[in-house]
Amino acid sequence: MDGMHDLGGKQGFGTVRYTLNATAFHAPWEKRANALHSFAVKLGIYNMDEYRHAIERMEPRHYLSASYYERTLTSLATLCVEKGLIPREELEQRAHGIFPLATPSAPGRTNVATRERFQQGDRVRVRLDYVPGHVRMPGYIRGKTGVVVSESPAYPFPDAHAHSVEAVDEPTYDVRFRTEELWPNSADPALVHVGVFQSYLERVE
Amino acid sequence: MPDQDPPQPAVASVEQRVDALQGALDARGLDPAKAVEEFTHLADEQWAPRNGARVVAKAWTDPDFRQRLLANGRDAVAELGLTMPKHHRHLVVLENTPTLQNVICCTLCSCTAFTIIGLPPDWYKDLEYRSRVVRQSRTVLKEMGLDLPAEVEIRVWDTTADTRYMVLPVQPPETLGWPEERLAEIVTRDGMIGVARL
Repeated sequence: MDGMHDLGGKQGFGTVRYTLNATAFHAPWEKRANALHSFAVKLGIYNMDEYRHAIERMEPRHYLSASYYERTLTSLATLCVEKGLIPREELEQRAHGIFPLATPSAPGRTNVATRERFQQGDRVRVRLDYVPGHVRMPGYIRGKTGVVVSESPAYPFPDAHAHSVEAVDEPTYDVRFRTEELWPNSADPALVHVGVFQSYLERVE
Repeated sequence: MPDQDPPQPAVASVEQRVDALQGALDARGLDPAKAVEEFTHLADEQWAPRNGARVVAKAWTDPDFRQRLLANGRDAVAELGLTMPKHHRHLVVLENTPTLQNVICCTLCSCTAFTIIGLPPDWYKDLEYRSRVVRQSRTVLKEMGLDLPAEVEIRVWDTTADTRYMVLPVQPPETLGWPEERLAEIVTRDGMIGVARL
């Protein structure tokens, strides 16, 4: 989905709030939220693709205003409710207030039938796919051309794995793009490497 | 005049929401308190940048290890007793040179090799870093205190799959010949993310 989470290249954000030795956590509840999420994955309540997708499905204004660990918490709660483990009413009763959850999911998809194997040095284009469900293709590479640098081991296909759709594992390709092609005349010159699933790519002859 | 809406209940605070979830899991006999305790131990004691620092120091002092590390990061860090979650099937180690700076990020969420380089710092997960570092890398690095000479090429690595990355910084010349343990002490998490040079 073309969600609010897909931030790469979005303009208007200010200076990174960088400090030396910055910490991961700032309040005890954040560590608990992360711990409960890890626990849920360990128990097999959901997988990491379902987790990421439930964050992406947060209402955009909620996504932007929530801290990182509030997003974790929202995904965890959404999936516990959707999987039938905890009714929403119980969560709200226990929380003594409204418990905002993510919006419902659209259907997933399986691997692209015409995907092919690439070699180092192959020129590839990211397919012009508009996927309603989970997808790990950042919008800034859609339709763009790059060069294959290497192949990864096979991973569960996220577009299927987040939706309990049958699919086979497939590799990602480390594809090298130039920022001058991603954002012509509007980026600092650099190379950007993205791990792109095989199903998202087509060969450029 | 339309009827006035009845008063709406307020959104619960994040603490109340975490309490609610933990309480609901506890009521189902899943023992979330123990899970929180275990996670806290791992986050505070185990998932620390000193793991990656050991890897870097060994790569600086042992050329054979460096080759193995660059060829297969996951297997090489396992030699040092370091593990990664099952779903991180691949660790790619990115070697900086005097004319190349690698930088890692995750524009879609905030993925990192947290068991090796430590849990990601707040700024890595913020909207600013995620949106800007792929498009304005040189500017962002400069704002963060790393003003790279024009001849240094920048490569940004967007962690969009479950492959994980870490940067192998350039060894400062004045540290040549130091023992591994001492070298490990100068390696920082931000150096392994690629937003700082050592």
